[in-house]
Amino acid sequence: MTLTINPEVLEGIEFDEEGFMVDADDWTPTIGETIAAILELDLTERHWDVINFVRQEYADKGEAPTLRRITKVGGIPTKELYQLFPDGPAKIAAKVSGLAKPTGCI
Amino acid sequence: MKTLLILGAGTGGTMVANKMSEHLDANEWKIILVDKDETHYYQPGFLFIPFEIYSPQDVVKPKRDFVPPNVEFIISDIEMIEPEQNRVKLAKRSKWIDYDYLVVATGSHVHPEETEGMVNGGWYKNIFDFYTVEGATALSRFLKFWKGGRLVLNITEMPIKCPVAPLEFLFLADWYFTERGIRDKVELVLATPLDGAFTKPRASAILGNMLENKGIYIEPEFNIGEVDSSKQVIRSYDEREIDYDLFVTVPTNMGAEVIERSGMGDELNFIPTDKHTLQSKNWENIFIIGDAGDVPTSKAGSVAHFMLDVLIENMQRHMEGLELRSTFDGHANCFIESGFEKGILIDFNYDVEPLPGKYPLPGFGPFSLLQESPANHWGKMIFRWTYWNVLLKGGEMPFESQMSMAGKWA
Repeated sequence: MTLTINPEVLEGIEFDEEGFMVDADDWTPTIGETIAAILELDLTERHWDVINFVRQEYADKGEAPTLRRITKVGGIPTKELYQLFPDGPAKIAAKVSGLAKPTGCI
Repeated sequence: MKTLLILGAGTGGTMVANKMSEHLDANEWKIILVDKDETHYYQPGFLFIPFEIYSPQDVVKPKRDFVPPNVEFIISDIEMIEPEQNRVKLAKRSKWIDYDYLVVATGSHVHPEETEGMVNGGWYKNIFDFYTVEGATALSRFLKFWKGGRLVLNITEMPIKCPVAPLEFLFLADWYFTERGIRDKVELVLATPLDGAFTKPRASAILGNMLENKGIYIEPEFNIGEVDSSKQVIRSYDEREIDYDLFVTVPTNMGAEVIERSGMGDELNFIPTDKHTLQSKNWENIFIIGDAGDVPTSKAGSVAHFMLDVLIENMQRHMEGLELRSTFDGHANCFIESGFEKGILIDFNYDVEPLPGKYPLPGFGPFSLLQESPANHWGKMIFRWTYWNVLLKGGEMPFESQMSMAGKWA
């Protein structure tokens, strides 16, 4: 399937130099789909399980979850996460979910 | 009689026991300290064991030497914490202890079994950790007779205890193999889940350059999925492979198992903690010191030390019904041993990354921040004495708890 990108969706949305959204509260599912399309990701239901978990974590804790947290608390095995988001699941899932780059702690 | 119960007699718990025994009225308060074993390890010293700078005897002392006489010290595993009931069950004779205040100082520990294939065939043959005295000692024996090859050091996942230790290990390895005259036969590789040498950009750039200058190769964003010890290969989740002759791992770090059993921790068994007051987020009579909590700063002894004054003050304020002070700023400082009798010192907190300058006296030092110097090396070597004789006993150190910008070049 071909991915269609509608650039208008991203009008007025601010991104940092690495392509992470500056204000996570500007995010909508349509924006998520558009960011995913730019990253050449075709979002399946399983991707949305991850995105919804990541958004919920942001709502609860104010930051993106670590890879281990997505696996252990979100219930999606690490191997599958790499199939869904091959270029680094924690980072790419945060990007598609409109969150800042995960800090990976200290 | 009221009870202050402290779980864990490592760096944090021992310091709290010493300080609180000075502050609390012995007619009103009983202080109990519990730990599962008798031996106190000077953990920063583990790093030096593989290179025969320290022997295992150099890093151990009996815990009892550091426990004040008015503190009851119990050696036992902890079976369960019941924070709703304000009580803890010990493994020893299944004894229950009721507490009025609880300090959790149960630390973090390495879990190599979290990675597929890690503890199979090659474990302690050509796969070692250096975060336990057993691992560091076994690695020391291996290195003594090693003829060279590819040494791969891998950080499994963050957070880890002392995030600079893996870099120090490589700097020391570079020095050690040079001294032994086989540096040209050893390839040094750092495979890290981070996107560079360290978590903070300015220090990462400087430390990254040092790795490069010492001929140490970095494989960034490497999230290890499995170890195949029959082929001597580590494989990342995104299917990159690195061959090794010697694999040194920094395994997954997790909080104590009792934290998980008691349902008090996050996915790594670290306890959700207010990062400025050090009070538990869920129970107001529980405070957390050191690496048992989830505060986003280094899991290192220096941090436990900087937490100490804030935690002691806040626990006393809470006992008096006063509001807590949000004064812990995430202050950490680390001597980074860089080999050839030199070292680097970094000093940082939640908001300010490590910067160059002089420490602790602005303009004078004697230590240089984010720069190699012999004084920094000697500072690190002398620190072991300071740790045993001053720090653990809750004595005064010439450093402030809160980070200062004086003498730094922003």
